[in-house]
Amino acid sequence: MMVKQNIQLDAAGRLKHFLSIEGLSKTTLISILDHAETFTSVGERAVKKVPLLRGKTVVNLFFEASTRTRTTFELAAKRLSADVMNINIDASATSKGESLADTLRTLEAMQADMFIVRHQDSGAPEFIARQVSSGVSVINAGDGRHAHPTQAMLDMFTIRRHKPIFENLTVAIVGDIKHSRVARSEIHALKILGVPEIRVVAPKTLIPAEIERLGVSVHHDIKQGIKDADVVIMLRLQKERMSSALLPSGSEFFNTYGLTSKNLEAAKTDAIVMHPGPINRGIEIDSAIADSKQSLILEQVTNGIAVRMAIMSLVVGNASL
Amino acid sequence: MKLLIKNGHVIDPVNGLNNISNIWIEGSKIVGVGKKPDGFIKSREIDASGLVVCPGFVDIGTHLREPGLEHKGTIASEAAAAAAAGFTTICCTPNTIPVIDTPAVVELINQRARDVPVRIKCIGALTAGLQGKVLAEMHALKAIGCVGVSNGGNAIKDTAVFRNALEYAATLGLTVFLRPEDHWLAAEGLIHEGLISTKKGLAGIPASAELVDLAKSLVLIEQTGARAHFQCLSVARSKHYLLQARKRGLPITSDISISHASLCDEDILDFDTNFHVRPPLRSRSDRRSLVAAVAKGDIDVITAHHEPHDRDSKATTFASSSPGISSLDTFLPLILSLVEKGEISLMKAIDSISIQPALALGQKHNGISKGAVADLCCFDPKKEWLVTAHTMKSLGKNSPFINQVMKGKVTSTIVAGKLVYSEKAHQ
Repeated sequence: MMVKQNIQLDAAGRLKHFLSIEGLSKTTLISILDHAETFTSVGERAVKKVPLLRGKTVVNLFFEASTRTRTTFELAAKRLSADVMNINIDASATSKGESLADTLRTLEAMQADMFIVRHQDSGAPEFIARQVSSGVSVINAGDGRHAHPTQAMLDMFTIRRHKPIFENLTVAIVGDIKHSRVARSEIHALKILGVPEIRVVAPKTLIPAEIERLGVSVHHDIKQGIKDADVVIMLRLQKERMSSALLPSGSEFFNTYGLTSKNLEAAKTDAIVMHPGPINRGIEIDSAIADSKQSLILEQVTNGIAVRMAIMSLVVGNASL
Repeated sequence: MKLLIKNGHVIDPVNGLNNISNIWIEGSKIVGVGKKPDGFIKSREIDASGLVVCPGFVDIGTHLREPGLEHKGTIASEAAAAAAAGFTTICCTPNTIPVIDTPAVVELINQRARDVPVRIKCIGALTAGLQGKVLAEMHALKAIGCVGVSNGGNAIKDTAVFRNALEYAATLGLTVFLRPEDHWLAAEGLIHEGLISTKKGLAGIPASAELVDLAKSLVLIEQTGARAHFQCLSVARSKHYLLQARKRGLPITSDISISHASLCDEDILDFDTNFHVRPPLRSRSDRRSLVAAVAKGDIDVITAHHEPHDRDSKATTFASSSPGISSLDTFLPLILSLVEKGEISLMKAIDSISIQPALALGQKHNGISKGAVADLCCFDPKKEWLVTAHTMKSLGKNSPFINQVMKGKVTSTIVAGKLVYSEKAHQ
């Protein structure tokens, strides 16, 4: 009765927006990862710039606070020689008067070529992508609990640099799966890239309904959940969840689901540990682990720049075709 | 006026009519079916060849939006949309601004509804201001003509207040219209809790939100002796609770909405806010099973559950959009689509949208028979048309079916013998 079409692709199947991992092909994901490899060296040069986005205006449109995502997007855009503008919109200010659609019309009048959007509501970047005129791209920098596709891609990039064959991997994602856009995007990406075993580990209160239908196994015990895992991804536990009807306390969470060196023994000896940051030491991860050799948390941040450069340049290239 | 409806396929669940026939109308009444009354000289004729002629549709929960929310819909605009959709009676929900909790608001609505094409009845508030704290003046509301009382989608969180409200309504013999949803379980939820809510990252409303409140309500209905109608059921398992209660003799009826009969959560396109409705669109199997329950008679009624909205209420993110679907315009074709898919017979479908809702309102319905009030609808079951903001007559264009082709169109609506809508006149 109704036709579903992926709004982020053009008629030829090329990315014109980057809103969600779901529905993208393995070829597309691999091409982003390969493309990102070519940008890793840019940051090591004396002149850290390539002219791919010269003359383009990139607007960081953040309806929700963010430091590292916004900064790495800004750096990525600048290294691509784009002009960057940061707009932080207090969600309460928009709810007072101007509608989201009106805010957008105002911003579009500034003739931006690309919007990097973070919003507390799931689906907001898609809504924006439907409003902007053709030739303008939208990149999702995190929407509600829905998706954080660039984070997932930089995590895939980081995994591939250490564990090159996705088809051989066991990946465990531990923590607040229910409210995590990172977990959702990672699950889609890992699936598409052919990871045979994906596990989510959390108490029942933090597992979203029917998640096993995405092709993951659900574990409530961290030792079982990360047993023989090649990759352990810890999620940030938001402060407001620590003491709520979902969890009794941060310390009880750490005692049951926190990643300690003792728990980590259950994983493979060469397992890598990742975290999208910012980390809560002593809540979801032990300080010793966060700072250990197995931890790739800082490398993730560095890789984030190259991966975001790759995505931005791909999308702009396709949008201007 | 003396009206002849000629050669129509007359379908009437009350009298079991299902054949090509003629209907003679004089004044507000039907004066002959199949057999011409002596001395009848028509002043007007409707050629219903190729059309279905059936009792006019009755809706027991239309959000009219006036007074107070005229930017979403007005009594005039929505009544016109209802007439064009084959409805002859619609019931206004109490959630206007001000709320229908005093006779003055009913009088205001009656006054503004004086010249509209369809009958408009009011459902009064169960509690003052729908606040769930103080009982509404139900006696006064009944006296001025309210067909029942309801708290709409506003939960009465205090169970003791709920019990008292049911007892008081039972004292007055007023039907209580209930939309079962546990306030706490539904909370900030946006769509059905399941794979789709997980994928989209939209907060889920579990099926238990409906079941918990339904079970609680049934216990209190049994205790208080209230007569109740459950509106807008969305979860298949609700049917079992209702059947159990009916077996024990509780005077309850129920409905599902045309949106929940037609759509499930898998149909939600990306984050299209036109699919945002309360209760949420449930699973594929819920939808099928609820339609089957209507076909079997376990659920009585299919309603429009019409909730028109202005553009700004929907042109935003899913979470900040207002729930509700503008459903009058597409009501008949969606009913016919269920018939075409073999989920319900045409006879039973018409029964569930004309006779059963009238019975749920406590009204007698004589169907299409000599002496009955001439509330009728003629429709072309094969005519195809495109749903657009322009073809929709409701002020609310918030339909998930926009830009889709519908099959089936109302050609004439007759209220108390008066031709209130004719497609030809509106072309």
